[in-house]
Amino acid sequence: MNWISISKREDLPKNREGVIRAAAVVLSIVCAGIVIWILGYNPIQVFPSMVTGALGSEIRLQQTILKAIPLIVTSLGILVAFKMKFWNIGGEGQILMGALAASYIALNVDGLPKPVMLLLMAIAAMVAGGIWAFIPAFFKAKMGVNETIFTLMLNYIAIKYVTYLQYGPWKAPESKGFPKVANFEQNAIMPELFGIHIGWIIALVCVVVVYIFINHTKKGFEITVVGESRETARYAGMNISSIIIIAMLISGGLCGLTGMIQASAVEKTLSVNLSAGYGFTAIITAWLSRLSAIAVLFVCIAFAILLQGGTYIQISMQIPASVADMIQGIILFFVLGSEFFLQYRVNLPLWNQKVKEVA
Amino acid sequence: MEGFLAATIVASTPLLFATVGEIVTEKSGLLNLGVEGLMLIGAIMGFVTAFATGDPLLGVLGAAVAGAAGGLIFAFLTVSLRANQVVTGLTLTIFGAGFASFMGKTYVGLVVPKAVKSFFSPVSIPLLGDIPFIGPVFFQRDVFVYFGYLVVILVTLYFYKTRAGLNLKAVGESAAAADASGVNVTLYKYVHTCVGGALCGLGGAYMSLVMMSVWQENVVAGRGWIAVALVIFASWNPIKAFVGAFLFGGLSILGFRLQSMGIHISQYWVDMLPYAATIVIIILSSRKNRKENQPPSDLGIPYFREER
Repeated sequence: MNWISISKREDLPKNREGVIRAAAVVLSIVCAGIVIWILGYNPIQVFPSMVTGALGSEIRLQQTILKAIPLIVTSLGILVAFKMKFWNIGGEGQILMGALAASYIALNVDGLPKPVMLLLMAIAAMVAGGIWAFIPAFFKAKMGVNETIFTLMLNYIAIKYVTYLQYGPWKAPESKGFPKVANFEQNAIMPELFGIHIGWIIALVCVVVVYIFINHTKKGFEITVVGESRETARYAGMNISSIIIIAMLISGGLCGLTGMIQASAVEKTLSVNLSAGYGFTAIITAWLSRLSAIAVLFVCIAFAILLQGGTYIQISMQIPASVADMIQGIILFFVLGSEFFLQYRVNLPLWNQKVKEVA
Repeated sequence: MEGFLAATIVASTPLLFATVGEIVTEKSGLLNLGVEGLMLIGAIMGFVTAFATGDPLLGVLGAAVAGAAGGLIFAFLTVSLRANQVVTGLTLTIFGAGFASFMGKTYVGLVVPKAVKSFFSPVSIPLLGDIPFIGPVFFQRDVFVYFGYLVVILVTLYFYKTRAGLNLKAVGESAAAADASGVNVTLYKYVHTCVGGALCGLGGAYMSLVMMSVWQENVVAGRGWIAVALVIFASWNPIKAFVGAFLFGGLSILGFRLQSMGIHISQYWVDMLPYAATIVIIILSSRKNRKENQPPSDLGIPYFREER
């Protein structure tokens, strides 16, 4: 008799699913705690400190939300691509190209009223991000070129290009030796509402729009079908090439929008650091959300708490930022692993037998 | 020119180890995008071990073991727990970067011990080193570089001349068929992911122990990702991986050369070259449809026996 066998679960009751997910998170925190302890810190101090660091005061809560905004918008972009099983890991580059286009408008167009200016910047950013995603989408659709590597390489090209601009032609003359692009004029900076820039409203709107698009429109349905089975899509007479390209335009457009938000509201200029790894983190948050737009909102907020908590313990407990990265990695490993127990039942025949004998 | 090509060999060695490592992994049908993380883990563990013991060989061993451990995490999650390979690989990179940065915190700016440095100083191979032009470029390097040549030869022989290599091919091409013919698919995937991880770790160790010989944050600097692309360029062939690594190693140091020759192109444009070249390569390689240039058919596709 096999000592272990695995079978696919037919349907898992919702409450069991919740239990398994919660167990994974608890286990991962315990495991991360052990690692923190081995590294010579007290986990019983570190974890509460991370939570208070992220939520403990109005300013910290605002910082957390500021981190959640770019994550949410980017994750939604990644989600649209992943729905189609198009592995867009080029979010980072699409964010930067979006920021670049928005900055171009902000630095070169004068005298527009603020709403028009911001709208123009947002459109430019979405177009630029969309183009940066269109390139790999086109080659994927027409020639089957591997999109994972393509989108990744475009990240580096975008990073180098923006660095070139920042250190070269776009460097502000008044910045002396410091490589910095000129700050935006007041009319290119997003207004605030309740102490946080209006990016949070944009993020919430995006969640709703992407939810409706994926679940209640024909194109959204087609994207899901292409993701599930190319054959089915082809058999149903769908134009797969055009679906891939449209989905990637949306995906890159949303990432580009993130770039505009970060440039306009956070950095108030173009900087090569403004993407801050959100393009990569969003891949994880999109996946953990099981590609649901609504879940993205909550997962990204949870992640932002982790990020902000990590920043806080750096200052308050002198724990290096890398520890927070490791904790992130460990928690992710567990959550990824737990997916297995949601889909499969593990049978231990010998163990069960023993339990019966004892009983 | 000779000097440039010799420097190219040094610059290409980390790419070579990582690319061959990823080829070994991908041959078993697993797409591990965590190469960058594995290299970082190898780089720091190699450095820390060599620094603590003063023994270069222990440093190299430490890097390989650490890389293999990273590979083991990947294999456990994707093979046994069937997690998504793309996401798991990315997570491995995040984890590896954090791990290396933390472990290396107290080592930043420190130089490898003298014993290690002299062990990895160039030695000429008798006879081969005396060949004009070829000798100074390829055979007057350090032992780690020679180890790289050896790995290429051994992996090539293993792939094409041994029974296990043939089984490995079967696992990557069609896990179900391999399973049916009695090959232990799970074991093959585990072993090759760990060996691949160890090789990636060695690539990282070359960066920290030999090329830089000083610890600095993010010492690998994106080379892991180039290695992932080089696998496609090399069409899963270790010999072609050597050629690819050489080309890309050359591109990565071209900027300095041009500047010293008085040609002033912005460093950032030159820095783009390896990435732009990668894109050109994956586009070109998608055009050629020869059978031996194709990826393993089961690459990235998880294998579940009970879902056959």
